[in-house]
This record gives sequence, C-alpha cells and structure tokens, in this order.
Amino acid sequence: MSIAFPTPDAGILARRDEIIAGLAQILPPDCLITSEDERRAYDTDALTSYRKMPLAVALPRSTQEVSDVMRYCHENGVKVVARGAGTSLAGGAIPQEDAVVIGVAKLADVIEMNFADRYARVQSGITNLAISGAVAHESFFYAPDPSSQLACTIAGNIAMNSGGAHCLKYGVTTNNLLGVTMVLVDGTIVELGGAHLDAPGYDLLGLITGSEGQLGIVTEATVRILRQAEGARPALIGFDSAETAGACVAAIIGAGIIPVALEYMDRPAIQVCEAFAKAGYPLDVEAMLIVEVEGSDEEIEDQLGRIVAIAEDFSPQTLRVAQSEAESAAIWKGRKSAFGATGRIADYICMDGTIPTGQLPHVLKRIDEIVKSYGLGVANVFHAGDGNLHPLVMFDAAKPGDMQKAEDAGSDILKLCVEVGGCLTGEHGVGIEKRDLMTYQYNKQDLAQQLRVRGVFDPGWLLNSAKVFPLEGRDAA
Amino acid sequence: MTSMHEPASEEAVAEIVATARADRMPLCLAGGDTKAGIGRPVQAAATLTSRKLKGITLYEPAELVIGAKAGTPLAEIEAALAEKGQRLAFEPPDYRALLGTEGEPTIGGVAAANLSGPRRIMAGAARDALIGVRFVNGHGEIVKNGGRVMKNVTGLDLVKLMGGSWGTLGLLTEVIFKVLPIPETSTTLLYSGLDDERAVAALSEALGSPFEVTGAAHVPVGEGYQTAQTLIRIEGFESSVDYRLGELREALADYGDPAVLAHESGDSLWRGLRDGAPLIALADHAIWRISTRPGAGPALAAAIRSKVQGRHYFDWGGGLIWIATPADDAAAAHVRAATRTHGGHATLMRAPPELRAAIDVFEPLPEPLMRISREIKNRFDPDGIFNPGRMYAGI
Ligand SMILES: Cc1cc2nc3c(=O)[nH]c(=O)nc-3n(C[C@@H](O)[C@H](O)[C@H](O)COP(=O)(O)OP(=O)(O)OC[C@H]3O[C@@H](n4cnc5c(N)ncnc54)[C@H](O)[C@@H]3O)c2cc1C
Ligand SMILES: Cc1cc2nc3c(=O)[nH]c(=O)nc-3n(C[C@H](O)[C@H](O)[C@H](O)COP(=O)(O)OP(=O)(O)OC[C@H]3O[C@@H](n4cnc5c(N)ncnc54)[C@H](O)[C@@H]3O)c2cc1C
Repeated sequence: MSIAFPTPDAGILARRDEIIAGLAQILPPDCLITSEDERRAYDTDALTSYRKMPLAVALPRSTQEVSDVMRYCHENGVKVVARGAGTSLAGGAIPQEDAVVIGVAKLADVIEMNFADRYARVQSGITNLAISGAVAHESFFYAPDPSSQLACTIAGNIAMNSGGAHCLKYGVTTNNLLGVTMVLVDGTIVELGGAHLDAPGYDLLGLITGSEGQLGIVTEATVRILRQAEGARPALIGFDSAETAGACVAAIIGAGIIPVALEYMDRPAIQVCEAFAKAGYPLDVEAMLIVEVEGSDEEIEDQLGRIVAIAEDFSPQTLRVAQSEAESAAIWKGRKSAFGATGRIADYICMDGTIPTGQLPHVLKRIDEIVKSYGLGVANVFHAGDGNLHPLVMFDAAKPGDMQKAEDAGSDILKLCVEVGGCLTGEHGVGIEKRDLMTYQYNKQDLAQQLRVRGVFDPGWLLNSAKVFPLEGRDAA
Repeated sequence: MTSMHEPASEEAVAEIVATARADRMPLCLAGGDTKAGIGRPVQAAATLTSRKLKGITLYEPAELVIGAKAGTPLAEIEAALAEKGQRLAFEPPDYRALLGTEGEPTIGGVAAANLSGPRRIMAGAARDALIGVRFVNGHGEIVKNGGRVMKNVTGLDLVKLMGGSWGTLGLLTEVIFKVLPIPETSTTLLYSGLDDERAVAALSEALGSPFEVTGAAHVPVGEGYQTAQTLIRIEGFESSVDYRLGELREALADYGDPAVLAHESGDSLWRGLRDGAPLIALADHAIWRISTRPGAGPALAAAIRSKVQGRHYFDWGGGLIWIATPADDAAAAHVRAATRTHGGHATLMRAPPELRAAIDVFEPLPEPLMRISREIKNRFDPDGIFNPGRMYAGI
C-alpha cells in the first residue's frame, strides 16, 4: 500500500453539494450517482487494493452530455476521471475524492457497420467482445482481444492501447483504430481520423491512444474490422526448460513463420490453469508454448507441419495439436483464465513488463530469484512472440506485510525489464501502479517532453491527474 | 548561400540546435533530401542533415526489430534485412523519379515522412512499424521515446507524433522499426477492363475475404494502360498462395477471368504503383495523394476529374487516390472541395514551389486541431527553428 495519491483539494470537497447541484442541471437523476452506497461500486478498478471514493459519478448518454459535464467541471476546477468498465490492472480508473468520475457505460451502441470498407463506428462504452459480436454475422471481427474482452470497453482499450493474445499477427489497439470523437477538457468536441487511413498533420490519434484518460474523453470510435480466418488451430508444445522454449520461439520466427498467437506458460501457471480449465495441459513440463495458426484446413496442416518440424529440433517433452473445436476452445480457456485461476489459489498482483525475447531465459531466472528473495511465489504467463511478460506474483493478503513484499518484488521485476532493454508496461498501462517507476525508463528530458505535450491538452491537471507521471517534478516541464 | 550542418553525433546535433536557437536561426531539417519537393517550401539559411549519423545499431531477426541512426541509407537497411529474409512490411516508397530529386533516401526520412506503400492496407503504415525514436528537440535536448520492444504503452506515445512530423518537431537521431519476414512467394491477379466503381467493388470483395490480400489497386485506361487494370496481390507460402488465388478467382468470377502474374513481374508493377509511376509522365501537372474511405474513392476521383483534366489511379482498395491535375489554384480548390464532400484528406505531393507556397500542401485542419497542432509544435520547438512552415503556416 505504498502508492501515494495527491491530497484532495479541500475547497472542492467543501463545495460538493454545489457541484452535484451543478451536474444535476446537466444530467437526469438516473445518470448521476451521488449516494455513498452507489458510489462505492466505482471506488476502485481491478487493482482492488487501492480505493478512493469519488465526489460523484456521471453517466452521460451522449457526446454532448459528456461535453456539458466536462465544460462544467472545467469552469469549476473540478478534476475528472474517465471510466470504462473498471478492469484496469494498473489502477488507471481509480477515482480521487475530489474528482467526478465520467463513465461511458451508457454509451454502448454500434453506430455504423460498413463491411465493404471494413470498419465499424461505435460508442466508446461498448465492450470489446460486443464489437466482434456485432459484426460476426458477416464473419468479421475486431482483432485486439484482451483476456478481459467480455467486460472491458473500447474506451478503456483506447486509453490503455490494450493488446491480447492475437496481437502478434494483428497488432494492438493503436494499429486497429481509425478515428475517434473526443471531448477535450474544456468541453470542445473534436474528430480525429475517420473511416480513411492516416490523417493530415500530426498523428493525434496515435498520441491519444494509450494516453490513459489524460488528454480527453473518447465518446465514439471507428475501428478496423477484419474478415475472420477460415479456421484456426492451436498446438501445445512442452519443454524441460525455459531456455529451450525460448530458443524454439526464436527458431519459429527466424524461419519466417508468424503464428497468430505464441503464448508461454511456466510450470506453476500450467498447474493452476489446468486445475481450472481441464485443458489437457502437460503437467510434467517446465515450460509450455501455445502456438496458433490460421487458414484453411490444408494451410493449417502445412503451417503446423513446419512448426512441429522446427520444435522437434528442440526435443519437446510433449507436442500435441488440437484435434477439435472443443479442444482448441479448452486450450484457450485455460490461457485466458490464467489471472482468474490464479486468483482462486492466492492473492496476486499481475505485472506487465516487456523484454527483448532473447532475454527470456535470463529474465525468468532472475524473476524466480527476486520473488524467492521476498519469500513469495510466482506464475508466469506471457505473450512470447512479442516479449510481453505477465508474472503473477502471489501473496497472502491476510498476512501483514505480504502485500508490500509483493509490490516490492513487482517493482524489482519491472526494473529488470527496463534493465534488459524492455519497458515497464506492454499493454496494461502505467496508471498509479507504475507511476513512480517511470523515472527508471525515462530520464528527466524524456519525461519533460511528455509533460509538455500533456500540457497542451490539460494545463490545469484536471484529467486523471493522479496517474502516469510521478507526482514530483511535474512542473519541471 | 545556405550553410550545411552535418553532425556525426547526437551531442553535436544538440549543440548546433542550441546555437541556432540562441541565434533564432531557422534550420531546414533533411535526411537524403529526396523529398525536398514535398511540403511547403522552407525558408531557412542553414540546413541540418542527419546523413552523417549512420549505421545499424541493433538488428535481432528473431525479435523482428531493427534500429539505426537516422541518416542510415534506406538501401543499407533493406539489404541487411533481405540477407535475413526480412523487410520493412509497409513498403517505403521511392519518390525520386516522381519528384525529380537525387540523393540517398534515409531511414530517418522514412520515419519523418510516414509514407507507406500498397501493403499498408494489410501490414500497417510506417507509423505502425516505428516503435522507438531518439531525437533532438528545439530546446537542444536529447529525448527518447518508445524502445526496441513491440509492445510498449509506457507513457505518452511520442513516437507516433514524430512519425510523419516532416522534421518540424525535432531531428531524429535514431529510429527503431518492427520488421517482418519476406514471404516465400507473391502472386498478382490482374483483371482487365473494369470501370472504377466495379474495380473498387472487386477490390472490396477481395479485401473482405479471408485470404489476406496485401495489395489492391486499380489503374484506369490511360497512357501506358491500353485497358484498365485491377490488381490483387497475395503473399505467403507457395501452397497457400496457390490455394488462395484459386479461391479468390472463384469468389470474383463476376469480374472476369484474370491473368496471373508471377512474383517477378508483379513486384515491378507494385513498385511502380507505390512510387506514383503511372503519373510521372505528366511532367507539368501537380500530383496529389488522397486518402479516403475506399467506397468513396471512385466518386471522389470522378468529382475532381469532372472539373479538370488529368489522370488518376487507386491503391489501398480504392482508399488511396493518386491524381494528377493542372498545377494551378483552381484545380487545388476542386481537390479540396472533393475531400470535403466525400471525406478524407489530400496531400500535394508534387508541384512547382510557387503553388506549394500559395496553397496548403497538407489538408487544412479544423480550428481546434490546428490550435492543438500549433501548441504541440511549440512544446517541441518553442522558437520555431525547425522547418518553419513546412506542414502548415506556423508549423
Ligand atoms: C517526398 C518523398 C520522397 C521520397 N523519396 C524517396 C526516395 O527517394 N527513395 C526511397 O527509397 N524512398 C523515398 N520516399 C519514401 C521513403 O522511403 C522516405 O521518405 C525516404 O527514404 C526519405 O528519406 P530522405 O532522407 O530522403 O528524406 P528527406 O527528403 O531528406 O526528408 C523528408 C522529410 O523528413 C524530414 N527528415 C529527414 N530526416 C530527418 C531526421 N533525421 N529527423 C527529422 N526529420 C527528418 C525532412 O525534414 C523532410 O520533411 C519518399 C517519400 C516522400 C514523401
Ligand atoms: C482478468 C483481466 C484480464 C486482462 N487481460 C488483458 C489483456 O489480455 N490485455 C490487455 O491489454 N489488458 C488486459 N487487462 C486490463 C484491462 O482489461 C484493460 O486495460 C482494458 O482496456 C481496460 O478497459 P476498461 O473499459 O475496463 O477501462 P477502465 O479500467 O475503466 O479504464 C482504463 C483507463 O482508461 C481510461 N478511460 C476509460 N474510459 C475512457 C474514455 N472514455 N476516454 C478516455 N479515457 C478513458 C481510464 O481513465 C483509465 O485510465 C485485463 C484485466 C483483467 C481484470
């Protein structure tokens, strides 16, 4: 519990009734949450060990209402925290006591689907999976697939530049976003991008993607939709060591094969997920790869044949290709429920660093040493193709001091990721969780340039201001 | 007489910029200067070039990543990649013939121009492949953003801002790109005689298929083209490409019986389309590149062609229109009117300097975005010393 929040502005807290009355002029009662009981549902996200009760929660029904609320907050110097579904693992959506939460839950419609031009226009509160659901009847889908896709919103995905297991082939959110409608801090509504590719002038769409609710509130999005592959099939390959698994990954990519997914799990992760999902994972291996390829049956056979031939050079302990839809689904269920399954056996914090994949064996060894030095356990799942690690550091919340140890181990792991040439966060975002580690990845000048750009959009620090940038040194820019 | 700064280290760049800043002396930023003809003409007494910042700094084929000093020739990068069977997937174009420029294109120029070729529809743009930068801003500070790993959401994504900033925000000193394997083979289907509407419909159908089309272009009848040609490219393992071509031919049976081009002849065709070749002969014309919703492409092109004579063709499944028009204000006004009506944006790629000085080269931005862009420029380059006015007045 070591992450500090800025001290709430007493002046704002004292004006709470007045501010709520002001918001009530803009929104009907069912779009404004003020009672303590109901506000509690918004006091944290998926980083549940930190909680802050917001001043009020606004749930606008249109871009115009978002604009009206923003203008009001801006004129009154009230902070704003944007919220999608609250599944951020980095504490990105955790409120502040002196802030109004603006949630996009009531903005969840599909506005337009254009299959000939391969895009969909949606309101930003729609869930990730609902976009794919809406276009599935034409055999299209929206590619980035965070494991939380049933719950998380496209707004949150854009704010975090979220990824997923299939991003090796299809890219992350920023590579699949064509345009947004965004409300600036003063209520101005802007359109960035559109149904066409690229944009004139600076790439503002690229800039706001991953900006964690600090540059404005996204109310609508135009996303690229793709035709589904004819079929897909995963294979499981088990090895006796992380080194061999890592070498096999390098050999597959080195052979010019880019599987649609290339996932890694270590022994503890395999055990936990198998117990939960009964996916038929091999229990006697140190490391397992899930390699998925796409195409027609013949193409799948051909590609898996190539992959199997490569893997055999590394003497795998097990090598199994899914034989049915049900088996494929079970394999993915196991992987996608890794966090939930771990949660059944322990409290955990989920780390999200990225490393150059060549560093994998070294990093896994060091993670093990770090976690052991704190007397804790760890399960590792990660996107092997792109080096995005998710060590799940396990602890016992009931044990005094254990959570602090987990946080310390976590930050040692992230520092290690930076040290070997990687970064603090591959897809979950900085939020509050990694805020104070930013100085490990960026020096003063690097951060100052980011702060200067932030200042163009929010000079008064009203937007999600507890997050991303260390609280110290913000005025240096 | 303009003076030329050719620093060979990042520190030397920072020093030159600091001096220029103190003297309020604008600098024209350049790589190989192959694209000097693009953008608004820059008035600067001195040029700062990255061409002496040279060399590949990192290449890990198994990690699909390459890094290089900004002045490294693109050709050197491409050769190093080809040796390991890899490439920059966005197909960086070569506009030397189009622009009548010489010089050696640099990897920094590729990043600063964010220009992508036909494969952009499938593999993403230059800006999607660019994952890390180092640059010197207008304060004379060395700044890094992004890095060498493909997945990185740490802090604000300034890499995206630097990609396509045309040297107005800072001098790139080092860039890192994601790369992809060169597929075993590539084949092109060529349909003849389709009009623009039918051609874009065929391309849409191909792009909406599960067969991962990596090129989709249409060239109407005109010089060098006795009949209209509609081109669809598939790349991959040989057996897969054969299968996919068969499926596509069947799906597109309504559009006629295509010729099948093997990869050698196909490759040179796609290179030409990438580089604006079908328009190069129209020497006295202005050349525009317009990005729009693919379905709007034919109507947008027709709207311009109904007002002015010229020539056009489509890439990106109809979403990229290359169009040559008379090099005058009136034609420019028709181009802008057409993008306003049909959506999208137009960039003037080639025109005499007088015209480039007189009209907006890049699509004008609505006021809130223009204000934001000016402020961003100001936060990187407070004294406006880098390429003043290259993108917009004041930017
Ligand atoms: C007009 C144009 C011409 C192109 N010509 C070619 C070509 O001839 N061959 C080819 O293979 N590809 C070309 N491409 C496509 C692409 O491959 C690159 O844009 C090309 O390599 C340009 O490099 P350059 O060094 O010649 O750029 P330049 O023409 O020198 O510069 C292009 C733009 O980038 C800026 N710039 C250049 N270097 C830096 C830097 N280090 N830091 C910040 N800004 C910088 C310049 O200020 C200018 O605005 C061209 C693209 C365009 C838009
Ligand atoms: C079990 C589990 C699995 C997960 N798996 C993955 C995974 O595979 N890949 C991955 O990338 N992430 C994953 N996540 C993390 C999380 O789901 C993503 O970060 C997601 O994008 C958050 O979306 P959300 O709608 O819940 O946003 P929230 O948590 O509500 O908000 C996230 C951030 O977005 C900002 N924001 C929200 N709405 C807006 C808006 N309208 N405008 C501007 N900013 C806004 C918030 O202020 C906050 O900073 C996982 C989380 C869980 C709990």
